Amino acid sequence: MLLMPRKIVGFYVNGFRSMTLGKTLWKIILIKLIIIFVVIRLFFMPDYLNTRFKTDSERAQHVMNVITRVHVPGGKNLIP
Amino acid sequence: MLEQTGLELVNWARAQFALTAMFHWIFVPLTLGLSFLCAFFESIYVKTGKEEWRRLTRFWMRLFGINFAIGVATGIILEFEFGTNWSNYSWMVGDIFGAPLAIEGLVAFFLEATFFAVMFFGWDRVSKGFHLFSTWMVAIGSNLSALWILVANGWMQFPTGMAFNPDKARFEMQNFWDVLFSPVAVSKFTHTTSSGFLLGSLFVISVSSWYLLKGRHKDMAKKSIVVASVFGLLSALFVGFTGDEAAYTDAQKQPMKLAAFEGLWKGQENAGLVALGVLNPDKRPGDDKDPFIFEIRVPGLLSLLANRSPGSFVPGIDDLVYGNSAQGVMGADEKIKRGKVAIQQLAAYKKAQQLGDQVAAETALQKFNDYKAYLGFGYLDSPEQAVPPVGITFYSFHAMVALGTLFILIFFIFLVLTMKDRIEGQRALLLLGVLSLFLGFIASEAGWVVAEVGRQPWAIQDLLPVTVARTDINVGSVKTTFFMFLVTFTVLFIAEVGIMLKQIQIGPEGK
Ligand code: HEM
Repeated sequence: MLLMPRKIVGFYVNGFRSMTLGKTLWKIILIKLIIIFVVIRLFFMPDYLNTRFKTDSERAQHVMNVITRVHVPGGKNLIP
Repeated sequence: MLEQTGLELVNWARAQFALTAMFHWIFVPLTLGLSFLCAFFESIYVKTGKEEWRRLTRFWMRLFGINFAIGVATGIILEFEFGTNWSNYSWMVGDIFGAPLAIEGLVAFFLEATFFAVMFFGWDRVSKGFHLFSTWMVAIGSNLSALWILVANGWMQFPTGMAFNPDKARFEMQNFWDVLFSPVAVSKFTHTTSSGFLLGSLFVISVSSWYLLKGRHKDMAKKSIVVASVFGLLSALFVGFTGDEAAYTDAQKQPMKLAAFEGLWKGQENAGLVALGVLNPDKRPGDDKDPFIFEIRVPGLLSLLANRSPGSFVPGIDDLVYGNSAQGVMGADEKIKRGKVAIQQLAAYKKAQQLGDQVAAETALQKFNDYKAYLGFGYLDSPEQAVPPVGITFYSFHAMVALGTLFILIFFIFLVLTMKDRIEGQRALLLLGVLSLFLGFIASEAGWVVAEVGRQPWAIQDLLPVTVARTDINVGSVKTTFFMFLVTFTVLFIAEVGIMLKQIQIGPEGK
């Protein structure tokens, strides 16, 4: 029973060990993933509605305000 | 002042999206095309059992692996941009596209973790048949993982199968199959993937031509050229066929885009197709200036291609802006009036809901439903704003089509001369072969420019302009991330080219 998973793990371990060009590529992939998910996502590209509002109904309310604001008396005209 | 900032913001957000999408689109079509070419090469190896086909397969697989590794996950940045810069749009469509995209991502991950691993680690460790099966699964899986994002793009161009729910300010799925099989989604998926096959084939031709010019790995280069030119030729013909289908669906669903990429200002019956032309840059909607400085036209062909009916009327930009009642074309001027009613009724519905006045809410909702097809026009200030940048769209379209025709010729000539074993001495042709990859990228990027610039000002066709889809954030932060992405992608691109060139230099013998 245990043979199969062990074989599979061995397949991956051996594969990674015998890589040459692959090692460089994995480094690139890892650095890229860190930049994308840690640096870019956390510090520069937050999800605007998720960080600003707590609930879906608040988010819906906000978007509804934006798409109807042009006609709300006294409302800020966001649309150039 | 406020208007200026809004425009600046939306333009930076658009520039950022264009930048990242175009960089992302360097890696994707190569993955789509090379994955299938690897599967073809390996199938020949398994069928013939000849060692040279195995070496050849492993060589192209290595280049495929480099491209895949460097390109993988670059598309995620586009998704972040939706959430940060285009949050109103994201919210409005998130319900529909969020889940399928997440499932697709998950399936792709497991597919890659298993079959990619076999493809790269499995030589000599699994049976030939299973290895080949894995290579095919990678090819099919990679192409299928482009499906939903293209369906989503198709929906933005032709929003069908969904209804707007004013209580949630969201579009909700009404009919999944209408979304999946909308004519725009079908032509988009087929045209885009086949253009990737074409590009992958040009890549193989380009590298092989370089080897032949250098007198290296001649046998491998010729074998590769034969397979790539057959696949390339079939793909290029299919690209032409699906491109015609895309233009037809544009004529039906996005006539302004068609008018822009054809430079058609005044609608005509029996309209001609501009094969080649230089636009008059001073031409504006509604004026009487000549639209072209110079043009070569094929009489009647546009009517035939746009409506599949010879002699039929094709509306021009002016008809679509100011209307043409004789031909039953409603102009953007009238649509703006109706769109403003839709917005007013939506606001009235919201207010009535807040006050708990159900009767008033119901009345407003009914009126909104009567006018909702024009909702997006209500946000425009003038009908001329419904016109996309004509020059960029026109030249991009004509470059794509002209190059598409050239590629058919290139594949055909390469195939014939290689089959006759006369390709080696053809230096000029081989140089063109090397260059053809860059032309392929130009055609491919130009295609997206036609599709996306040609549908401005819309984020969702006729329903949501980019000026409303965007988030109200600081323009400075969008500028900062624009330059960050420029640097990140440039570094990745340099890595891609550098590692590729090194491996090409090493050739099929290397590790
Ligand atoms: C041979 C004649 C061709 C025709 C008639 C044609 C037609 C079109 C049309 C009408 C569009 C816009 C679709 C839309 O409105 O969304 C388009 C988009 C596109 N084209 Fe082409 N095209 C041709 C050749 C090519 C070639 C040679 C390539 C690349 C190698 C290419 C790549 C693309 C891409 C990537 C897009 C954007 C995705 C899409 O909308 O499908 N096309 N094409």
